[in-house]
Amino acid sequence: MSTAMPETIPYDEALNLFEPVFGLEVHVEMGTNSKMFCPCPTAFGGEPNTQVCPVCLGLPGSMPVVNRTAVESTIRIGLALNCTIAEWCRFARKNYFYPDMPKDYQISQYDEPLCSNGYLDVTVATAEGPKVVRVEIERVHMEEDTGKLTHTGGATGRIHGADYSLVDYNRAGIPLIEIVTKPVAGAGHLVADVAKAYVAELRDLMRALEVSDVRMEEGSLRCDVNLSLNKPGSPMGTRSETKNVNSLRSVERAVRSEVERQSALLTAGGRVVQETRHFHEDIGRSTSGRSKEQAEDYRYFPEPDLVPIAPSPAWIDELRATLPELPSAKRSRLEAKWGITPFELATVVNAGALDLVEETIAAGVESAAARKWWTGELLRTANDQGIELADLPVTPAQIARVEALVADGSLNDKLARQVFEGIIAGEGDVDEVIASRGLAVVSDDTSLLAAIDEALLAQPDVADKIRSGKVQAAGAIVGAVMKSTRGQADAAKVRALLLDRLGVTEA
Amino acid sequence: MTAITRAEVAHLATLARLDLTETELDHYAQQLDVILQSVARVSEIATADIPATSHPLPLENVFRDDVALPCLDRSEVLAAAPAHEDDRFKVPRILDEEH
Ligand SMILES: [Zn+2]
Repeated sequence: MSTAMPETIPYDEALNLFEPVFGLEVHVEMGTNSKMFCPCPTAFGGEPNTQVCPVCLGLPGSMPVVNRTAVESTIRIGLALNCTIAEWCRFARKNYFYPDMPKDYQISQYDEPLCSNGYLDVTVATAEGPKVVRVEIERVHMEEDTGKLTHTGGATGRIHGADYSLVDYNRAGIPLIEIVTKPVAGAGHLVADVAKAYVAELRDLMRALEVSDVRMEEGSLRCDVNLSLNKPGSPMGTRSETKNVNSLRSVERAVRSEVERQSALLTAGGRVVQETRHFHEDIGRSTSGRSKEQAEDYRYFPEPDLVPIAPSPAWIDELRATLPELPSAKRSRLEAKWGITPFELATVVNAGALDLVEETIAAGVESAAARKWWTGELLRTANDQGIELADLPVTPAQIARVEALVADGSLNDKLARQVFEGIIAGEGDVDEVIASRGLAVVSDDTSLLAAIDEALLAQPDVADKIRSGKVQAAGAIVGAVMKSTRGQADAAKVRALLLDRLGVTEA
Repeated sequence: MTAITRAEVAHLATLARLDLTETELDHYAQQLDVILQSVARVSEIATADIPATSHPLPLENVFRDDVALPCLDRSEVLAAAPAHEDDRFKVPRILDEEH
């Protein structure tokens, strides 16, 4: 850039100048056994092109047939999002020429989505406490996922400069749900938080409905973020669309970086180009992609190989009856039951620990202890390993066992942590780790007294101080004993024994 | 006057990667011409007050159960492709160098 204009304006400063409007398109891969229009399995991570058939390869003469479970899942999602379910709707062909779809079209829905006009309430934390924001849903429709391209040759492994591409069609045809919001205005400085909270809430909803396991790292939930800025009182600005936003953190970062970029552009007298931008997880920002000044023409038309879907009221009622307790209702119930604040519950939810904590409490552990383990030590370990909390090899039953041992004095907090370390390292169950690592609170007085005598002998000046009544000096001896027992003693007990030994009473 | 020429059919066959013989080309050009002329006649009759037909059969809600079945053998699948590499379909460069 030749001018000295800044390329970004800090987020909060930008939002003092402009009002943001965002919209999200979220694609969720459904956890069905088979694909949307053919019986190929949907398992993730299979050998390339081993989960394909004439239908998903687009071979001539093959005919698609709709997966009933995928339709039912879509209706259940629609109901959970307070949508109207269409009485009659069709699939549509979206024509485009790109090798990720061997048919040269994707079967999707166009002007007749199965579900429309709903909403999802999300809660964000603010300085004044939790705030509920309603995100309106435009539509929920069904389509099929595309194949996976690997670009080969060139320097970067990216599409530009690649010599050729390799295609794996295992993913082509996996049922995909697209959930599109209406434009969300008025979020102000909370815009990044609201966008992130919305995606988190959707994720929890999908999991509660058991329609998808929503493993974002495997790409089973993908977002496109639309964002525009306008001066207060002015009409909505030109929006950019950021694609490949595939983690909760990235949703927040994609919104923030667009606010910062567009505000600088507008402030410098420039204009925002309507374009597709690509988000890069590694650098946490987006780069410009293709310009969308000309609307794409996908030549949509009703899919002639499939018949319409007309859900009867009885079928919809049946599906409504299968809806589980929804995440927001569950949170309110648990706040009351566990006697904790929305903020404390949010910590549990954000850690992805809601079910784990609930199961741990059901296994007999106090609410505070259950939350402490899952949102503290165990969460840190999961983060360090880059995995979800639920994927740690620690079970609620094991936490219950450890807590019982802490309660009866066999373990202290430090040793309990070592037990979990052992479990995570694959050393076996609670009691196996305790046995193999020799973890136990040293409680027999004789060995503790021996350790105390040793420490007193090593620090005679400290011993004299304590004898003369300076009880606060006892800490040095207690510390030495804790060290020599490798933390396997109860510090309060050591202190009591020490003072008793020296004939001093607590001041 | 024909609705589609023999040369156009040959072009379509190339695009669809269909290897047609001269006899087949003659045959399909003639057949497609009849089909297109019939469609053209229907278009003359269709007016704005007649809703477009998206499916010839008055059916709704045709579904299959969500059961996974065995797939095609990969070697057969790839054998049908013009090119493959590392068990994947090989396709020509998609975009030109970044401008
Ligand atoms: Zn298939």
